[in-house]
Amino acid sequence: MIEWTGANAIWISMTLPLLAIVWVFLFGKIPNVRESGSIAVSLVLFGVNISLSKLVFDGGRPELALGEMVPGFELKFTVEPLGMLFALVASGLWVLTTLYAIGYMRGHHEKNQTRFFACFAAAIFAAMAAAYAGNLFTLFVAYEIMTVSTYPLVTHHGDAKAKAGGRVYLGILISTSIAFFMFAIAWTWQLAGTTDFRDGGILRPAFEDGLIGPGALAVLLGLFAYGIGKAALMPIHRWLPAAMVAPTPVSALLHAVAVVKVGVFSVLKVAIYVFGIDLLNETGCSEWLCYVAGVSILVGSLVAMTKDNLKARLAYSTVSQLAYITLGAALATPASAIGGGMHIAMHAVGKITLFFCAGAIYVGAHKSNISDMRGLGRAMPFTFGAFLLAAISIIGLPPGGGSWSKWFLAVGTVERGMYFLTATLMISSLLNIAYLVPIPVRAFMTPAGQEPMTLKEAPLMCVVPLCITAVGSVLLFFFAHEIYGVMEPIVGGTKTP
Amino acid sequence: MIDVFSQLPILLVAIPLFAAPICVLLGGRWLTYLLSLTVCGTTFAIAVGLLQQVGKFGTIHYEIGNWKPPYGIEYVVDPLSGFVMMFVSALAAVVLLYGKPSIDAEIPRSKHYLFYACYLLCMTGLLGMCITGDLFNVFVFLEINSLASYALISLGRTRRAPLAALQYLILGTIGATFFLIGIGLLYQMTGTLNMSDIAGRLDTETGPRTLLVAFGFMTVGLFVKMAVFPLHSWLPNSYCYAPSVVTAFVAATATKVSVYAFIRLVFGIFKPDFAFEQMPLGALLIGLSIVGIFVASIAAIFQDDVKRLLAYSSVAQIGYMLLGIGMATTQTLTAGIVHMFNHALIKGGLFMVVGCFVLRLGSSRLSDWRGAAKTMPWTSLAWAIGGLGLIGVPMTAGFVSKWLLLTGAFQAEQPLVAGVMLMSSLLAVVYVWRVVETLYFSEQLSPAVEKSKEAPVWMLVPMYLVILAVVVFGVWTPFSVGLAAEAAESLLPTDWDSAVTNMDAGGAP
Repeated sequence: MIEWTGANAIWISMTLPLLAIVWVFLFGKIPNVRESGSIAVSLVLFGVNISLSKLVFDGGRPELALGEMVPGFELKFTVEPLGMLFALVASGLWVLTTLYAIGYMRGHHEKNQTRFFACFAAAIFAAMAAAYAGNLFTLFVAYEIMTVSTYPLVTHHGDAKAKAGGRVYLGILISTSIAFFMFAIAWTWQLAGTTDFRDGGILRPAFEDGLIGPGALAVLLGLFAYGIGKAALMPIHRWLPAAMVAPTPVSALLHAVAVVKVGVFSVLKVAIYVFGIDLLNETGCSEWLCYVAGVSILVGSLVAMTKDNLKARLAYSTVSQLAYITLGAALATPASAIGGGMHIAMHAVGKITLFFCAGAIYVGAHKSNISDMRGLGRAMPFTFGAFLLAAISIIGLPPGGGSWSKWFLAVGTVERGMYFLTATLMISSLLNIAYLVPIPVRAFMTPAGQEPMTLKEAPLMCVVPLCITAVGSVLLFFFAHEIYGVMEPIVGGTKTP
Repeated sequence: MIDVFSQLPILLVAIPLFAAPICVLLGGRWLTYLLSLTVCGTTFAIAVGLLQQVGKFGTIHYEIGNWKPPYGIEYVVDPLSGFVMMFVSALAAVVLLYGKPSIDAEIPRSKHYLFYACYLLCMTGLLGMCITGDLFNVFVFLEINSLASYALISLGRTRRAPLAALQYLILGTIGATFFLIGIGLLYQMTGTLNMSDIAGRLDTETGPRTLLVAFGFMTVGLFVKMAVFPLHSWLPNSYCYAPSVVTAFVAATATKVSVYAFIRLVFGIFKPDFAFEQMPLGALLIGLSIVGIFVASIAAIFQDDVKRLLAYSSVAQIGYMLLGIGMATTQTLTAGIVHMFNHALIKGGLFMVVGCFVLRLGSSRLSDWRGAAKTMPWTSLAWAIGGLGLIGVPMTAGFVSKWLLLTGAFQAEQPLVAGVMLMSSLLAVVYVWRVVETLYFSEQLSPAVEKSKEAPVWMLVPMYLVILAVVVFGVWTPFSVGLAAEAAESLLPTDWDSAVTNMDAGGAP
């Protein structure tokens, strides 16, 4: 019998998605057996993560070392609160997405479902490995596995459009990660002699010994910020809209939660555990990134307004929201770092709901353009109701969970005296209102001269998950305090107020 | 009673050498195939045995005919030569196991026995180059290998094959002659041909200028055999027009063994002090490799023939090995050596994939492969996995060598080289993925694909053996990197690394 320790929970949590892959291939011919395996595994995984999170949120830092993959570079996992939160969000939403995907893929008569579910599980495996990564090397390995395993999902339809989307997707993600991320890791390793994530960062000794100046630190930070292409910082965000050719469950879990969150999560981890918030503050080397993130926030929102295709609009909205988290890292105050961490969870739950809705509308009414959705709310009240709730959370209004994370980010900008960015955040929220709220509102209003539609929702498997996540995004508003509490240790010991 | 185990070094070379004429005498197709396969298998077993003995007891010295060196010829098996011989013989065996249907389809039946004889001779030459401790003997085996490869390449299906072989023959002979001139000069200076003996007698500090001439001739000679840019022009045609099985074997092994000989030359005979401090070999290698990687990778992107595409990629990949040698620290040298092994697996595997496509589609042109993933899913998947290895994605062997080279470059305080190297490796993404897209995302199937079916299982199994090895050695590295590191340490003098970094930092101790 395996003893229930943190280390065991880590490898179990990473093995479970692999089991799901094997299961999916074994029973590829019998869809019901195949899918029940996916659901069972995702439930068990969520359970394992919950029990692991108890350990971590009580202050534990379970570790698991798998040994050296390349001499001097260990595959090592250390669970800290930020990674735990991300793992919880990703695995929890995997349960719902699996349910949703079954409804969507069958309702839509998609082909190659076995490959789809297998790659999905592979992506979750990579997400778990990234969440628990104990050093940059392990993080990089997980990051790349994720890129490769999601490529077949993006190109799922196999037509020219999918091919073009996949090309941009793989091209940007692989090339930035190899050219910048890998380079930055090797540079960090040379400076610090390690790539471990440690409280307070690992680059301080090198800075104090004069091995690297503030300017070079800023360059190194830039290599990370742009090397981690999954954070979709402008101008390397193009892969994210391109990835929208994928089936909607993929856009929902991967391109609103797992993949993009691995990106911003990595940026946060680099800022907190590699540079250290104090070092970023002292040297001011992250100041430029604040402005870049600010621009990304605004421009992302502005572009979103111009998009009539719902998924494209949501994609640009994601670009903008991800920049919030990058901003949290770049501001480098305890409040902003925690705000950034919280926003991972808040945005994940909100945005997955919106994507679920987009997919449900597509399956139920075969509509993907916003201009065609007028009056559709009468037919799909649950879907559009959920859309509204989630939109409120994304905008950052009470009672949506997003209001708290945005609050802490705003506090961060004030603490750093960057009032210009405070204003940016406010303007962006207004823009969010402008491009999200009209969608459900106009859907509930029947256009003149048209009969009100009768109730015709998407399949139950699609609607139930999106209602759950919509309620979740509201519940998060009330449990934000808990999240703040468990996230506090990540900035423990920093001198910056 | 002769103890067989103590005779393993000579058996490694003698068995395939004598099996080759037996093939000619036997004639026929099946008998010669089975004989060659058995010989390759035995050779592999011997190579593994030798490697184990080296691991247990250290370097093996074997005196042929009990003539004491330096008068007699000495065979030396150390970690480096043992490692190279192991993977050369392994790939020879696997490729032959895989190749029967491809050989039947691509080579005229009347010439099969000659093919097997040449194949064995080719392998003999490569193994001999690795194992011998005698410099002239290296040349002899180099020629055995070269002549056999010329013959093998000329067996290709089209009439361009003999022409490609002739092109290779001319350049290869020039290279070999340069090498021989170098040997002559060294012999004139030292009066010996035993490599360690030469190394002991050469006065690299104050020796005559002849030393530089000899070094120059031998380096350029080996550059031709390694296909270093800009002396690579023989390689694309040879790989392209040779029978698929020949390409798979030669591409996986021949250039690597030349790299091995070069390493021996630089580190074993002339010593790194001479090569990197008195001679600008480091700068030369780094410069040539970087330009070569870019030029060859870009050329690969624009090829329609996949064999030619992979051939250009090989030229680029040799650049990575030479980068490792050129930066000359323990870690970069380790990276270079381990990349010999990893690339042998990757390129061998990918050329085996090409062989399967050629067998079923009758062409190695990419335009004839459109949509082949529909009818040949396993072969296509093998390309995708091998291609990821070539790009150097984590969990593949290619990543391991690239990562070692990258961190090694930083350690050697050459961050610029590291950056350029990473940039260049992006080009591999383009040429690998062009093929993947053609296989998987073509709207229209090519006519050849519509009539095709999956490659025979007996080709798929050995092919996947190699392709999976790419993954296994990307995750489990103690064997490959461990051996390479051991070899690199034994090649470089102790304290070498700190001397190098100090030199770069401006000479301050």
